[in-house]
Parts: sequence; C-alpha cells; structure tokens
Amino acid sequence: MIDVRLAEAPFDPADELTRFTARVPEAGGVVSFLGKVRADSGVEALDIRHYAPMTLPGFRALAQTALRRWQLDGLLIVHRVGEMAPGAPIVLVAGAARHRRDAFAATDFVMDHLKGESWLWKRERTAAGWRWIEPRAQDHVDRARWG
Amino acid sequence: MSARLVFLGRLEDLAGTAEMAVEPGPLDQVLAGLPRELAVALLVDRVRFALNGRLLAESGGITLASGDELAFLPPVSGGQG
Repeated sequence: MIDVRLAEAPFDPADELTRFTARVPEAGGVVSFLGKVRADSGVEALDIRHYAPMTLPGFRALAQTALRRWQLDGLLIVHRVGEMAPGAPIVLVAGAARHRRDAFAATDFVMDHLKGESWLWKRERTAAGWRWIEPRAQDHVDRARWG
Repeated sequence: MSARLVFLGRLEDLAGTAEMAVEPGPLDQVLAGLPRELAVALLVDRVRFALNGRLLAESGGITLASGDELAFLPPVSGGQG
C-alpha cells in the first residue's frame, strides 16, 4: 500500500500516522520521520514550489523503488508545498513492515532521495527578503550511501 | 494556439513570471524573443528542460508545437529536514 501526497495546506502528523497505521494492520512495526521548518535565527518563512506534472510522479516512482527494495506493508509520503512558518511540518515519511529493519531502512532511503532529487524548489524569507536555497554537496553524499 | 514556457525556482524571479505564452516554433527562435539575460540563464548546463512533463536528455533540436509546455528546471534545493 502506497499513500503519496502533496499537501497545499498544513497537515497534522499525528493524524496522518494514526490513519496510516490503521491501514496496515498486518505490520509489526511503523517507522516515521517528520521534517520541520528549522527555527534558524532570522528565518521568518519557508516557501516550497513544485512542478505538478513531475513532482508527484517523482515521489511515486521513489516509493515504488523502496517497495521493491524492502519488504514493506505500506509506505506513506506527505510533503508540504507553499509557505510555512518555522516549526511547521514539511514532510512526513512512514514505512510499515513485518520487521523493523525494513521499515527503518526504507524510511531513511526515501528521505535521502526526497531531499536531493525531488522536483522541489525552496526559498526562505529573512528581514532581507526572499532567498532561493541552493543544492548542498551533503545531499549527494547522503544518496551515495545507498549504492 | 500558443505554446507555454514555465519557469521554476529562481528562474521565475528572473523571468518576472511563472508562465509565459509564446508563439510555437523552434526553441532557438522562441529564446531569441526573450530578454537576453533570461535566455542566457535558461541555457546554462545546470538547467534541465521538460517538455510536457517529460525530462529531456538534451536541449538541442526542440521545436514547440501548439499546446506544448516547456519547463525550465534549475537545480533543486536540498537543505532543510
């Protein structure tokens, strides 16, 4: 079971996890990762832009890859787009599996690939105005872990 | 009917708009009709092209037909999370 969505409005991670868990009754464990807007000094807002024809299809392809690689009962990806305040949830990834190691690994894998490979563009607002966030070398290193 | 250009990320700021309707035709000709600074920014190596939602392996030889959508995709942001 794959549930992959873009959220245009704020979402409640606890609600999402409750519903996801209810849909995978056979799973022995659920691992989740919640990414939030970091409360860095001076950052007033984060804005994430997407390209509809490619962003969600890319997420689905990534979810399928994870499903082929690990024994999963379910995979959840919810990713915000639009403008967010510091502390707001950006992304929730959850993997449900018979055994915890599959769930941990799949969730970690999906996060590493979401960060550097999804068709998302981010900018942040400070007192000086909006600034686009450039790619980081670390994202490439993170993905290289998976061979 | 026209074709459409879509500018993502910082390219939207540079273009001053997220989308632009253009006359169909060879891409060279379409780009020649844009402000020079924008056209140059669209042609750097790091900007990928997607025609009607499909990533193109290379940018040479593109001709826009009526109703086509050509998106310019700058490097995606990592960071956060």
